[in-house]
Amino acid sequence: MKRTLLATCAVLALATAPALAQQKTVKIGFISTFSGPVAAIGNDMRNSFELALDHHGRKLGGLPVEVIYEDDQVKPEVGVQKVQKLIESDKVDFIVGIIWSNVLLASLKPIIDSKTFTIITNAGASQLAGEMCSPYVFSTSWNNDQTPQAIGLYMNQKGVKSAFLIGPNYAAGKDMLEGVEATFKGKIVGRELTTWPTQVDFQAELSKARNAKPDAIFAFYPGGPGIQFITQYSQSGLKGQIPLYTAFTIDSLSLPRLKDQALGIPGAQQWVRDLPNEANKKYVADFRAKHKTDPSFYGSQTYDAVPLLDSVVTAVKGDLTNKNGMRDAARKADFKSVRGSFKFGPNHIPIQNFYLQEAVNEGGEFRMKTVATIVENDQDKHVQKCKMPN
Amino acid sequence: MLYLFEQCLNGMQLGMLLFLLAAGLTLIFGIMDMVNLAHGSLYMLGAYFAATFVEVTDSFVAGFALGLLATLIAGMVLEVIAIRPLYGRDHLDHVLGTFGLLIFFNELVRLIWGPEGRTISLPSEMLTAVQVLPGVYYPLYRLVIILATLAVAALLYIIVMRTRVGMLIRAGASNREMVGALGVNIKLLYTLVFGLGAALAGFAGMMQAPISFVQIGMGENILILAFVVIIIGGIGSIRGAFAAAIIVGLIDTIGRAFLPDLVRYFLSYSAGSSAGPALSSMLIYLLMALVLIFRPEGLFPAAGK
Repeated sequence: MKRTLLATCAVLALATAPALAQQKTVKIGFISTFSGPVAAIGNDMRNSFELALDHHGRKLGGLPVEVIYEDDQVKPEVGVQKVQKLIESDKVDFIVGIIWSNVLLASLKPIIDSKTFTIITNAGASQLAGEMCSPYVFSTSWNNDQTPQAIGLYMNQKGVKSAFLIGPNYAAGKDMLEGVEATFKGKIVGRELTTWPTQVDFQAELSKARNAKPDAIFAFYPGGPGIQFITQYSQSGLKGQIPLYTAFTIDSLSLPRLKDQALGIPGAQQWVRDLPNEANKKYVADFRAKHKTDPSFYGSQTYDAVPLLDSVVTAVKGDLTNKNGMRDAARKADFKSVRGSFKFGPNHIPIQNFYLQEAVNEGGEFRMKTVATIVENDQDKHVQKCKMPN
Repeated sequence: MLYLFEQCLNGMQLGMLLFLLAAGLTLIFGIMDMVNLAHGSLYMLGAYFAATFVEVTDSFVAGFALGLLATLIAGMVLEVIAIRPLYGRDHLDHVLGTFGLLIFFNELVRLIWGPEGRTISLPSEMLTAVQVLPGVYYPLYRLVIILATLAVAALLYIIVMRTRVGMLIRAGASNREMVGALGVNIKLLYTLVFGLGAALAGFAGMMQAPISFVQIGMGENILILAFVVIIIGGIGSIRGAFAAAIIVGLIDTIGRAFLPDLVRYFLSYSAGSSAGPALSSMLIYLLMALVLIFRPEGLFPAAGK
C-alpha cells in the first residue's frame, strides 16, 4: 500500500514538474483601498480588473496571470510598504492600481528605482505628469487638474461670476482647486482645504460658503466623504440657493446612496458608462450582469490596464525582462479602450476628451449620463516639465 | 454677526456630541474609578447597531431605539465579563485592559460587518434647513441632535439627582464600602452605571452616524476630545462635562472657521489651511493645560470628592 502511494506520488511529480517549469506566469501586484469609507472604490477597481482578466481568458500575451491584491488603507506610509513588499518579496512583474495621489507620490521612488513596469489607474498627481515622469510608469487615468479645468470651463459657459472652492487638504485636493482656478474666469471668493481623510463634518465650511455669497460652490470629495459632503450640502438647504459643481464626487458608487440628492449637480469625467463604443458596451453590460450595478470611472480606468498590458506582453513575446520593448509597445497604446480612442502624451499621461456628466433617474435606477463634450483631446499642462529619461 | 451665530450653533452641535460621550466617561471614571479607553468602541458599536437595525426595520426611529437597547446590553455584558475583574486594580491595568478591548472590538466589528463601513441615510424630511433667525438657516437634523442631547442631559440630571438609583450612584461614588455594608447590591449598581455610560456613548455614535460615516475606529479620535472635556469639566461631574463639552465644541468650530483666514494673512494659502485647524485643536489642549495649572480639580468639580 505504502509502496503504491509512493509510486503514485513519484509519477505525479514527474508528470507535473516539467509543466511547472515551462508555465511562466505574469505576476501583478495590485494596490488599492479595500478598507474604510473609500473601500467601495477599491472593490470597484478590483471587480473591473477581474472582469477584464476574464475577458482575456485570464491570460496576458498568452501567459497565465497571478494577481496579488494589497490594501493601502488610504495611508501613504502603508501604501509604500505594500509597494516595497510587492517589488522585493513577491517580485511582481507589474504594479497596477493606486487611487490616491499622496500614496502614489510616496510609492513612486521604489517603483522608479526598481524599474518596475507600472500602470497607474487613478492617482493623477501633477508631479507624475511633470518632473517625476518615468519611462516605465504609465497612467490610464488623467492628471488631477484636467477634470476640474473642464469644470471651470463649464462654469464660465454657465455664466458663473464668483465661486467658493472646497476640497481635502492633500496632494490631489490642492491640484483640483488649482485646476478650477486655471480655467475659471470669475472671482474666487473663498478656498477651503479640510483635513483628509478624517474630517467628514463639513458644516463649519458650508456655513462659511453660504456667508461668502458665491454664485457657485465647487467641491472635490472622492469616495465616502463625497457622499457626506453632498448629504450635508442638501441638509444645509444650500441646494436651492447656491448651485454646486463637482469633480470626482458623484459617481456610480455614490449614486445608490445619494439618489435624488445627486440630481442637478454637474460633474466632469473622461469616461461615462454610456459612451458609445463597442468595448465599453461589452464592459458595462458584463459588469452589470455580474454585479447588478454600473461600474464607476475608477473601474473603467482599471479595466483599460488589462488590454494595455496584454498588448505590451504580446509585443515582447512574453519576455518580461525586455523593459524597453514593453515601454515602446505601451507608448503605441494599441488596444481597444472603453473610452474610445486612446493615446498617450510624451509623459505617458493620456490625451483625451472630458465630458459633462449628470445623474439621471432611469425608471427608479440612478445612473450617470453624458450630457456634452467640454474639451477634446486635452493634454495636461505639466508635460513640458517632464524630461523623459530613456 | 449672523454668521458668527451660525458657527456658534455648529459648535454647540459638536459640543452636544462630546457631552454624550463625556457624560458616560465621567460617570464611569468618577463613580467607579475606572479609566475606560474602550468607551470609543461603544460609540462605534452604537453606530453599527443603529445602521444594522435601520436597514432591517427600514425605520429611522425604530432602528435607533433598537440600537440603543443593543448598546446598553452590550455595555452591561462587557462590564460583567471584562471590566469587573479590573476594579480595585491600579489605573495602568485599566488602561492596558481597556486598550486591549478597544483592539478586540475593532477586529470584532471587522469580522461581523466587514472592513467597508456603513452609512445611515436620513429620511427625506430631515434633509432640509429651518430658519432659526431671519436669514439664518440651519440643518434640521443638527437641530434635532442639539435638542435630543439637551433632553438626554435633563433626563440624566433627574436620574442622578432626583431618583433612588441616582442617590445610590452618588453614594457609591463617595464611599463604596459603606454603601455595600448597608446592603446595597453594589455590583449590580456598577453594571447599571456602565450600561448607562455605554448607552450614552452609543447614542452619540448613532446620532453622529448620518452626518459622518460608520467605520472601524470611528470612536478613537473623538474619545481623546471626550477625555479633554472631562478633565476640563472635572472628573465625575456631569454638570462639568456639560459645560466643558460646549466650551470645547465652540472653541474647535470657531477656531476652524476663523483661524485659517487669520493665519493666511501672515503665511501662504496652503500653510494657512494646514496650520488653521492645527492651531484650533491646539487651543483646546492649551485650555486643558491652563485648567490643570489653575484648577486641577476641573471647572465644576464633583461634590463630596
